[in-house]
Parts: sequence; structure tokens; C-alpha cells
Amino acid sequence: MARAVSTRRKTIATAAAWGIGLLVFFPILWTILTSFKTEAQAIADPPIFLGFDWTLENYRVVQERSDYMRFLWNSVILAGGSTILGVIIAVPAAWSMAFVPSKRTKDILLWMLSTKMLPAVGVLYPIYLICIRFGLLDSRAALVAILMLINLPIIVWMLYTYFREIPGEILEAARMDGAGLKEEILYVLTPMAVPGIASTLLLNFILAWNEAFWTLNLTAANAAPLTAFIASYSSPEGLFYAKLSAASTMAIAPILILGWFSQKQLVRGLTFGAVK
Amino acid sequence: MATQHSRSAARLMMAPAVILLLGWMLVPLTMTLWFSFRRYLPLRGGDLGWAGFDNFTRFVTSSAFWPSVQTTLVIVGGVLVITIVLGVLLALLLDQPMWGQGIVRILVIAPFFVMPTVSALVWKNMFMDPTNGLLAHLWRFFGADPIAWLSEVPTTSIVMIVSWQWLPFATLILLTAVQSLDREQLEAAEMDGASPLSRFTYIILPHLGRAITIVLLIQTIFLLSIFAEIFVTTGGAFGTRTLTYLIFQRVLESQNVGLGSAGGVYAIILANIVAIFLMRIVGKNLDR
Amino acid sequence: MGQITLEQVTKSFGDVQVIPPLDLTIEDGEFCVFVGPSGCGKSTLLRLIAGLEDISSGAIRIDGTDASSTPPARRGLAMVFQSYALYPHMSVRRNIAFPMKMAGVPKAEQDKRIEAAAKALNLTDYLDRRPGQLSGGQRQRVAIGRAIVREPAAFLFDEPLSNLDAALRVGMRMEIGELHAKLKTTMIYVTHDQVEAMTMADKIVVLRAGNIEQVGSPLELYRSPRNLFVAGFIGSPKMNLLEGEVAAAQNAHTIGIRPEHIDVVDSGPWSGTVGVAEHLGSDTFLHVHDTGLAETVTVRATGEVGLRHGDRVSLAPREDLIHRFDAQGLRID
Repeated sequence: MARAVSTRRKTIATAAAWGIGLLVFFPILWTILTSFKTEAQAIADPPIFLGFDWTLENYRVVQERSDYMRFLWNSVILAGGSTILGVIIAVPAAWSMAFVPSKRTKDILLWMLSTKMLPAVGVLYPIYLICIRFGLLDSRAALVAILMLINLPIIVWMLYTYFREIPGEILEAARMDGAGLKEEILYVLTPMAVPGIASTLLLNFILAWNEAFWTLNLTAANAAPLTAFIASYSSPEGLFYAKLSAASTMAIAPILILGWFSQKQLVRGLTFGAVK
Repeated sequence: MATQHSRSAARLMMAPAVILLLGWMLVPLTMTLWFSFRRYLPLRGGDLGWAGFDNFTRFVTSSAFWPSVQTTLVIVGGVLVITIVLGVLLALLLDQPMWGQGIVRILVIAPFFVMPTVSALVWKNMFMDPTNGLLAHLWRFFGADPIAWLSEVPTTSIVMIVSWQWLPFATLILLTAVQSLDREQLEAAEMDGASPLSRFTYIILPHLGRAITIVLLIQTIFLLSIFAEIFVTTGGAFGTRTLTYLIFQRVLESQNVGLGSAGGVYAIILANIVAIFLMRIVGKNLDR
Repeated sequence: MGQITLEQVTKSFGDVQVIPPLDLTIEDGEFCVFVGPSGCGKSTLLRLIAGLEDISSGAIRIDGTDASSTPPARRGLAMVFQSYALYPHMSVRRNIAFPMKMAGVPKAEQDKRIEAAAKALNLTDYLDRRPGQLSGGQRQRVAIGRAIVREPAAFLFDEPLSNLDAALRVGMRMEIGELHAKLKTTMIYVTHDQVEAMTMADKIVVLRAGNIEQVGSPLELYRSPRNLFVAGFIGSPKMNLLEGEVAAAQNAHTIGIRPEHIDVVDSGPWSGTVGVAEHLGSDTFLHVHDTGLAETVTVRATGEVGLRHGDRVSLAPREDLIHRFDAQGLRID
């Protein structure tokens, strides 16, 4: 039974929460606003909040000057490719562990988790060397593989926790009804797991999109995604606030939108099912 | 519970994931371990032979080591304290009945989705710049001298940036945990005459204990390896060189692979100590 | 046809043998109930017959053919699960059609059988709904419908009524009974509820720790339980089991007398104080203490009896309905 809450208390909670919420969100809001200003207005003192001349000039300049589309395309390929590849490899593995558990299932899951904890910097040089040796430095293929591998444990775990919520009896019913392994996965498991698979795809796309260790260290001109493109603005000649803001807004906007859809799955995915 | 047939199919279907991760773990790890015992300078002669434990002793005795450990501890510890304390408070606040809860939640979570290079760059230039940054404007408005954040108080600045990025994560997980608290338990405590403060101390906080531990461990693992935030803001200057950054510099900037690999081995050991605790919690959860 | 024979069937999980060598024949058309306390292996036995688990040794024959290593899909059996196990993403129609789709039954034939099953089970109005929109009883019917359309050699029910409330359970019990009368197909039914077993079965198999304790018709089990376990398990309220002098007087280690076989009389051989008296209207259950026989003696008196807590009563057992057991707990005839 929900209790009636006094309006006064609710008003105070609302004011406090909105105040803090806006404060936390402010840097993002400010970046978005600045992206529509002229460079002069962007550094005006006192700062202009809303009363400036809205312009799309910065977006045009950023796209013309820096080949923005190529970086965007690389981000899409790296994040999308690694996620899809990861899910293709992880679905059968997670299926096995969820529905045909053995004594070793728990150990395998925990071991997979432990590979996620491997500090990237500890294996930086070997990976760098392997990439050079095979001519894969600054190649999208190598990064797709690496991003897939670093997120594979999370993908397996997420799918595993989703699959485990599907009652085994339903799969047994399918078996009794005459379904073979293929029909069982195709007609029964997959349709039931679609929401889980979708959120797994979503969260891992976000994680791969924002990954900023391997993408910074293993790419140059060719395979660099948006993380590297933004990092290039830290050099002095890039110090134009409005353009920096426009580039940043373009880099984060798609993920902000996807992220809002995935907020519930975020908890499950990032805590390996320990908090739901 | 299954038949022999499905068990062998299961093993087959698990194989690709297991083999790939095994390779991903073993190959580079073995190489790092190997390099850490070699004098390996790719730009100055390549592999110059066996080094014994030289790299390991040189890494910890170099003048950069202890400051980097200190910086790492300050950044990780600072961010953990800030995000967990604020996260608990924010979670409790967001759990209250209010108007527009969904929107506030979205506002609070947003920073987590901002890519690290963007948040570092935005904070560095648009907020922390001593002449044009918003914080400088604010300081001047109140008649104070603007602070050159990233050169005067660089570590604090990085703690601020990283805390902003990770506060949503802590809040979201703690909020999920708060919401899973049995309302009847709180009502029972209220009937038993517990004040709001003692309800928080004796019921809410113990209930959050597990979630807090998980936030602590997961964040520690991610925070130990923060990279882009430092790479973009200070490039490791002004005493902001963490252990991760130090190893990165040894390996890629000064191309002393042997020394860097020894550092890498230390980093792996450190991460594993944290990981063991996390895995025990997660593992326990699996049994239920 | 659906005769099912188990020959020396065993099942082990690792080192633990949950089913010791076991022989059992279920005749074609029989309604056979496996009953026993939880953990007695009755569900495992059903799953072995279904093929959802491998047997460790022995053989399972369906109509004389060895089916021990036949996958579940090809044993020609249909199963109704405890959780109903409906496919949540399919409509009721598609749920019922699924086994026929797997078997490659032509579309027209599928529709015909679905219509027939829906009509028989009162599901016609719900065919286009999802399982999530149905009540427990309706889901149960869909699960049965999905089993019927396969026209299986035998139906397997795994505690199908345990998720329903008491009133619905009685109704469904009757429906399943009627279904069996109509189809005359072999049915194997697992339950821990001895009332379900007594009311539905042609043949009851009482299991404990993987062992068959007794096989027989409901009344055979009621009249002559082979041992103390069956005696205590079948019948409600439970049979009174008395040891000591009163048993020795009958040349037995233990004697058993059912509550309905003890009469409240003016002057009988036994007497005691009424503890709790449960007035059900049709019957009155008296829990009598201080008889010197056992902690409590339960008596079932017919109709309304004006006895209450603290009253003294005199009791007389019907001597010809006393069961005698030896020190090993086996029946003495």
C-alpha cells in the first residue's frame, strides 16, 4: 500500500532532485548550447546562457575541416562490428551455460569475468607488437577484434543472466513437442530472449563506442573513431570552444539517446548480474 | 539436468568463446611476462638479452614510481569517496516521491554516456580554463582570482572530472538497490519507533552494503586504468601520472618495453587483488 | 497404444543413485499416479520416461520397443509441466499448433485439431490471446490442449495442479479424469498429494527415496498398506500408529488404526481428553490426548459431534480393521 505523501515533502524532494539533476547535467547542456554560438560568444564574459545568435556554422565547419564523417563511420564500424561479432559468439556459449550447466559452469563464468579485469596497460605492448607484426596497426579489423574481446565477458554474462530467467521447462516442453536443437533455439529460445539480446547489444555498443584506451593507442589516421577525433582537439590549434562543442555534441548525441534506453540494463550488465 | 546429447552440444557451443578469451588472456600475458625479464628497447637495439629481476627493481626504485602510486591512490580513493557518498545521498533522494522522477533520473545518468575524451576536453577547456572557463567567470563574478585548475590543483581537477563521470554509475546501482528494499521492513521499523536516522543506519545502510561493495570494487578496477582523462588534460604532467599512465609512457613514449612490462606485471597483480574480492561476491550470487 | 515398461531402470547423478534398480509396467489406457513425498524421485522417474534425462542403466520400452536412447521428441509422448511451460511469445493457437508444426502436420489438419481441442477445453474464445493474459486454470487447459493434439501414446503430467488454488484444483482434477475416460490414453501423473492420487488413479505407485514401496489400486493401498510408510502416507487424516503394550497384545510391533475406524462410545477400551476438535460439519476430527497409547490419537467422527476442548471421551477401535506391522515395519497378514 502506498502512503499518501504530503505535498510539501514532495515539493521539497522535487526541487532538490531537479536542482541536483540539472547541476549534474549542466556540463552537457552547456556544451550543446555552446555548439550553437559563434566563437566570440562562446568565450564572452559574462557568459551568455541563451540570448545568443543561434548558428549551425560550427557543425558545418567541423564536418568540412576534419573529415568528421570518416571518424563517425569508424566509430559505427568498430562499435557495431565488435558488438555483433561478440553476440554471435556469446549466444551459444551463454545458452550452454544457462541451460546445460555443469560443475565447471560457475568457474568458467568467473574466469571470463577475470579476463575483463586484466588491466589494458599490462598487455599494451604485446598487442601493439602483434598488430605491427601482422600489419594491423591502425586497422579497423584489429580494433573490432580487440573491442569484441574486451567486451565478450560482459556480453556472455548479460546473456547468461537473461537466459537463466527463461524457465528450463519451456525448453523441455519444446523438446517434448518434437523440436530439435535447431528448432528449439530458433522458435522458442530466440524469440523469448529478444529483449535480453537487444539490451545486451545496446549496452555493448555504448561501451565500445566510448572505449578510449585501445582506440587512442592503436589508431592513427585510418581507423580512428570519434574518441580519437575528439582527443585531437586537445592540441592548441583546436582551441575553439564553439567548434569543440559542436564536435563533442556530435560524438555524444547518438550515445546519449541510446543510453537513455539502456539505463535499466546498464545496472545488470555492469554488475555482472549481482545487482538487478 | 540434461541428457548426454545436449551436454556435448553445449561443450561445442561454448568452445569459441572460451578459446578466444583464453588466447586473449594467455598470449599477451605470456609476452608481457617474457618482456619483463628482458632488456628490450625497440628503438635502441631491440632485445638486448636477459635482465633477471632488474626491470622489476628498477621500476619500483625509479623516482617516478612512488609519486605515481600516490597519485593513483589519491585519484582512485578520492573518486570512490565522492561517488559513493554522493551516490547514496542521491539514490535516497531520487527514491522519494516527486514530480518528473524519470526525467531527473535521465539527467543524472547522462554523464556516464559521454565518451571519456569528450568529458575530459570539455571540462579542461570550457570549465577549467583559467581565462575563458566557466569556473573562472564564476570566480571573477565573486571577486576571486580564477584558479588555473589543471596546473595548480591538477590531481583535484582530475578527481572532479572522473567523479562527474562515475557518479551516475554509483547512483544508478545504489538506486536500484534502494528500490529493492522491502517497504514493509521500513514500516515495521517505523512501528518499532525507529527515527529516520536510525532507519537509515540500521536498515537502509546494511541493505545497501552489498551494492556499495560492488560499486567500490567495479569502480576500483575501472579507475585503476583510467587513461583518456589524463591523456587529454595534462598528459601526465604536474604530478598527475598514475601507475597506468607511467607504464604507458615507459612502453610507448620512451619505448622501454622491458621496464614497462615489469610495471604491467605489477598492475596485473594489483588488479587481480581487487578482482578476487569482486569475484567472490559475484560468485556467491551465482549460487542463488 | 501406450504400454510403458521399465526394466531394471536406474538413475545416478554423479555418485548419488536417485533411482535404484526399478521394474514397473504401466498398461495401455491406464491412469497411473506416482505419489510420494518431495525428493522421492517421482519427477525424475517421469523425466526418465519422457527422455528429458538419460537412464543410467536398464531399459524403457514403449509398446515393447526399446526407447531408452530415443530423444524425447520421438518417443511419441506428451507432457504437461508444473509451470505449464507455455511459450509466452506465441498465441494460444500457435502454442497448441507448435507440436503439430514440428511434426509437419498439414495446415488444414492442424486447424481441425486445434478447433476440436479448443472446444473440448473451453478455449475457443481465447485462441488469439497470449498465455500472459490467461488465468492459471486457462493456462493449464492450454497446456493440456497442446498435449492432446499430438495424439500421443501416453500423457505425462508433472504435478500439474500444484500451482492452482484449492477450488480450481478440484475442478481440474475432474476434467483430467473425464479426459482420460474419453480418450482412454495411458496417463502417468506425478503428485505429492495423496488425495489427487486416490481420486484419479487406476493404479498408484508409492515411491520413497527412488524405491517403489507399493503398487496397487487406490483401495488396495487403503485397505492393505504393505508397510508403515504406505500406511502413514495414504489416507487423510493419517492412520494412528501405536506401539508398545497395545501392539504386543495383538502380536505386532506396531498396530495401525485409521481415524475413521475408531468410534466414540459410552464405554470403550480406550479413553482420553479431547485436545483440538475440528468441526467440519460433515465430519468432526478429534485429537485426543492422555490415552496412554500415543501422544495423540486422531478420531474421525461422522457428522456434528458436540465434543469440545477438555471433554473426556471413551473410544472403541473396530478390531477387524486394525493393521498389524512387524519390527521391520512390514505388514503382518
